[in-house]
Amino acid sequence: MLGLGILKGLIETWRNFQGGYYDPARLTTVQYPEEKLPPQENARTIPFLVYDGADPLAGMRCTACSICAVECPAHCIVIVKDTVKKPDYLGKMQFHPKVFDIDMAVCMECGVCAEVCPFDSIKMDRVFELSSDNRSMVLQKLDLAKSNDYFRQIHPVEAAAVDAARAEEQRKAQAKKDASPVPTVP
Amino acid sequence: MPNDIAFYLIAAFTVAFAAAAMTLRRLVHCALCAAAAFAGLAMIYLQLDAEFVGFAQLLVYVGAIAILIVFAVLLTRGDEVRPGRSQSSPSWMAGVAVAVLVLAGMAIAILRSPSLQRLAPSAAVAPVKKIGEELMTRYVLPLEMAGVLLTGALLGAVVIAMHEESEVKRPARWPASKPAESGETMSLR
Amino acid sequence: MNALDQIFVLAEHWLAGLAPAPVRPLVSMLLIIAGLMAVFGTCFALTTILERKTLGRMQNRFGPNRVGPFGLFQPVADGIKMLIKEDIVPFSADKAVHFLAPLALTVPVWLAFAVLPFGRNMSAIELDAGILFFFAIGSASELAVFMAGWSSQNKYSLVGAMRAIAQMISYEVPLVLASIPVLMAAGSLSLPDIAQAQSGFALGWVPRWNVFTPWGLAGFAVFFIAAAAESNRCPFDLPEGESELIAGFLTEYSGFKYALFFLGEYLGLFAVTGLAVTLFLGGWQAPAQWLEWLPSWGWFAAKFSALIFLFIWIRATLPRLRMDQLLNFAWKFLVPLALINLFVAAVWLKFPAAMPIRWLLCAGLLVVPYVWLGRRWNGVTPKQRQYDYAE
Repeated sequence: MLGLGILKGLIETWRNFQGGYYDPARLTTVQYPEEKLPPQENARTIPFLVYDGADPLAGMRCTACSICAVECPAHCIVIVKDTVKKPDYLGKMQFHPKVFDIDMAVCMECGVCAEVCPFDSIKMDRVFELSSDNRSMVLQKLDLAKSNDYFRQIHPVEAAAVDAARAEEQRKAQAKKDASPVPTVP
Repeated sequence: MPNDIAFYLIAAFTVAFAAAAMTLRRLVHCALCAAAAFAGLAMIYLQLDAEFVGFAQLLVYVGAIAILIVFAVLLTRGDEVRPGRSQSSPSWMAGVAVAVLVLAGMAIAILRSPSLQRLAPSAAVAPVKKIGEELMTRYVLPLEMAGVLLTGALLGAVVIAMHEESEVKRPARWPASKPAESGETMSLR
Repeated sequence: MNALDQIFVLAEHWLAGLAPAPVRPLVSMLLIIAGLMAVFGTCFALTTILERKTLGRMQNRFGPNRVGPFGLFQPVADGIKMLIKEDIVPFSADKAVHFLAPLALTVPVWLAFAVLPFGRNMSAIELDAGILFFFAIGSASELAVFMAGWSSQNKYSLVGAMRAIAQMISYEVPLVLASIPVLMAAGSLSLPDIAQAQSGFALGWVPRWNVFTPWGLAGFAVFFIAAAAESNRCPFDLPEGESELIAGFLTEYSGFKYALFFLGEYLGLFAVTGLAVTLFLGGWQAPAQWLEWLPSWGWFAAKFSALIFLFIWIRATLPRLRMDQLLNFAWKFLVPLALINLFVAAVWLKFPAAMPIRWLLCAGLLVVPYVWLGRRWNGVTPKQRQYDYAE
């Protein structure tokens, strides 16, 4: 009969109206900036450099291999290798970057740098409130460095996988070292 | 005395807008001024305490007939008098002469009639109920005739509009051959 | 109790008494005008924000809630925005008509509030032909819509204006036809008399409002729909639909003129809602004997608010009607129903109140055409379109 559909619609909107006051399923608005949506595991924005331990310079995983700079589709990474070598988590001596700049205005947050990094040193961050009054958006090495604890906080699953892989590598290297010990000078 | 002042003001308003309706350059302005003149007439009725007639004048003239005039102006594109051309027709003197003659005749007839010597009747109180009763008993025939006339006009409008629609031909298919049969493929021409 | 009921009347008498005797009627009228403008201006501001919040709640979101507590100062922000906007008049627009159109819309609408009875003894003017005045004034504001559309020298505005006028004229017929049974029942065209005629209680507890009779209910439904269409309100807001015609006849208006159009539209809605309350819902009458402690203007305000809420509710629920659907609905559904309603009301008034059979008879006489017309309406499929493809 004419009008029944209208009545059904009216009942539905009425339920929306009065449900919004007590039923969270009926009022799904998240009032940013006071409330924020719960973050997701694979959310990503701009990249950052991971360091282990407390000292950013000593624990930085990046070895300045420049694979990320080469693979970056937007060509926003500039790397200058340092001449001094430092040991990494396996004990091997690796180079370190003297200059590691990413121009965030150019970066398109595609995640290719994080995908291709062989050392799990550049990962995708989750910060999106990047507005500033500074026109330059070039982030340098120390700006980009964030600790592994932070990484575990924002991407728990990925960080756990990376930590497990690195622990496995360390264990294998240790086992190799124990199996064939370096001969000491008698 | 206040009644007289009110009447003169309203009359001046009405005559001014009626004159504007005749002399303005753009037709839509003329139509709007005519609507204002209708409203002035309604005010005269209201000043004479004829509530029903005054509001009916507003409802019918300003609310319907003015809109009708405006639509007619819109749908037929004779809008503007080109600037430079004169507004009036070449035979304006004959028009003025005829108008003066007619007005003089009417004025003489009115001024000579005995109704001006009669005392003005006391203002008749015409509540709407009385008007309704009179319309339904004493004046029912004119009411029904007016209804029949309006219905005829409405039907005529519908018939004219319908007739025009059925005359619109559908464009012929091009090329004028039959569509391809189901077995054939479309050939590239 | 009585003093509270008549508080506005007494206040106005007292204030007018302070003025010298020759200008007393003038001062009294000015006080009433000021009062009406204050009340309905505030009502307009409140309605804009409450409508947005209610629409938001019905759409599973908050309405505006940043400006002031619960967003209640949003109309102030809107008002400031409208006032400081640049007033742009198109170069080839017809300047005089463009300027006068918002005025021609708003002024008649303010006039319409003069005859509504807001409470006992509380109508500004008591006219013998009050309802005719109301409809006459309502129809005078249609010319303003045309003026707005024409003077903008804009194809979209013109089409929007034509559509708006066609819609308003088409829906005036059911509006007036639906209110005629009420006049028949009350025996008078004067609105305070109509409100008074709905006093008393049938069976001791059912108020004698017109909406509680078969013809009153049907008349109320038709009046409500026609009122929504008259004020260009969803689902009849094609003339101002943003996705159809930019803003229709309002396209070339900015700043304060747009605010005046907006004001005129909402005030038209208030006026016709007030009329609906007076005609069908018993005006300022209380629904029950023991509820009469709330003053009469309080009951008017309550019913008025309920109807405005109903308008907002329907706006949140229904999609927009297309132009031909709109016009067909008016002429082929509402007008026959309104005419049948008129006949049914005559039948009802002919049968004495002692015969309960008149309920069945009138209800049947109304429901059968409604269902039949509704079936025809629902079953109407558009003609199969023929497409000419290029070969």
